[in-house]
Amino acid sequence: MAKTSRTILICSGKGGVGKTTLTANLGIALANSGASTAVLDADFGLRNLDLLLGLENRIIYTAQDVLDNNCRLDQALVRHKQEPNLALLPAGDPRMLDWMKPDDMKKISNLLSEKFEYVLIDCPAGVEDGFKNALAASKEAIVVTNPELSAVRDADRVVGILNTCDIHPIQLVVNRVRPTMMANQEMLSIDDVTSILSLPLLGIVLEDEQVIISTNRGEPLTLSGKKSPASKCYLNVSKRLKGEDVPVIDPNKENTSLKDKFIKLMQTKIF
Amino acid sequence: MTLRDLINKLLGRETASANTARERLQLVLAHDRVDMSSLSTDLLDKMRKEILDVVAKYVEIDFDEVAVSLETEDRMTALVANLPIKRTLSGEIQFKNIEKKNKSK
Ligand SMILES: Nc1ncnc2c1ncn2[C@@H]1O[C@H](COP(=O)(O)OP(=O)(O)O)[C@@H](O)[C@H]1O
Ligand SMILES: [Mg+2]
Repeated sequence: MAKTSRTILICSGKGGVGKTTLTANLGIALANSGASTAVLDADFGLRNLDLLLGLENRIIYTAQDVLDNNCRLDQALVRHKQEPNLALLPAGDPRMLDWMKPDDMKKISNLLSEKFEYVLIDCPAGVEDGFKNALAASKEAIVVTNPELSAVRDADRVVGILNTCDIHPIQLVVNRVRPTMMANQEMLSIDDVTSILSLPLLGIVLEDEQVIISTNRGEPLTLSGKKSPASKCYLNVSKRLKGEDVPVIDPNKENTSLKDKFIKLMQTKIF
Repeated sequence: MTLRDLINKLLGRETASANTARERLQLVLAHDRVDMSSLSTDLLDKMRKEILDVVAKYVEIDFDEVAVSLETEDRMTALVANLPIKRTLSGEIQFKNIEKKNKSK
């Protein structure tokens, strides 16, 4: 039985900004730090959290079967082999999208919160039914966005809805940050994004091709212990989520090459 | 102005796109956010009536001067009610205006 449990929605509005990747990496990182963690794939139309975690061949039952009393919860939970503190619960069969209602979602996440310290809900894109289902069970939220117009605009819609739903805190993760573009002022800065959305910044994640490579392998970056720019960021986010007093990774400090130093020089205010 | 801006200007280059992005975003969000609150005009009317009913139990309100509205600033939307009071029901004029701010969620 978990002492205190946190149920956290991971959402964005726009698709493809990095929700599922964050859920997988955060799940592994939290589990690795000793916290029992469940990740719930609420994006059952386009489920792929199982793929990112390399668990796609081990799914037998889903949340749907638990609710229908076809199996017990622990039969539906897929434990991660290398990281046994982490379990995945797939929501349901992608061909049966309509069955789940907000109440079902509440039942499932209540069951999970009895067993796990962290329950991360990977939310579908959009602001329609799928999102509202996922939201029904959540107490707090992480909004994921990219430093791009459309992603920030959609995040703002989502924040507007979350604000009416008694969800607190709502924290921001800015993903796919490119320090050089930011330094060149060809990309919205972190300050721009946080101040426009008026959300506290939980962390940033750098653009990193290792993310794609690790997805190919079904081994989240935080699992391998290999130090890539993004894996450092995901670890930082997990620590801050746990309440550890570590500063957000500063994209400027990630610029260390000579070229980057030159770019910084060009940022000097002259008047 | 940064060193880069100066060089860009001297070379007649375009200014960096992040500024443009920020400005466009702020404009479009101002619209999006107003849309959200105007959805609830019906609700606002209903709420206005109920607030007035409650307040009218205790004091006499100048109904012609009543104003109840939603005001949005940053992310916070506030319900602002201006209810000029003619007199308390005991007879004495005590307040001219009560301004009541409720943070709406
Ligand atoms: N920090 C990053 N650097 C590089 N690629 C990323 C990063 N984050 C996400 N991606 C890529 O972006 C795509 C969408 O990510 P995903 O997590 O599936 O988004 P969502 O769940 O929000 O739809 C994937 O191909 C993923 O590999
Ligand atoms: Mg996804």
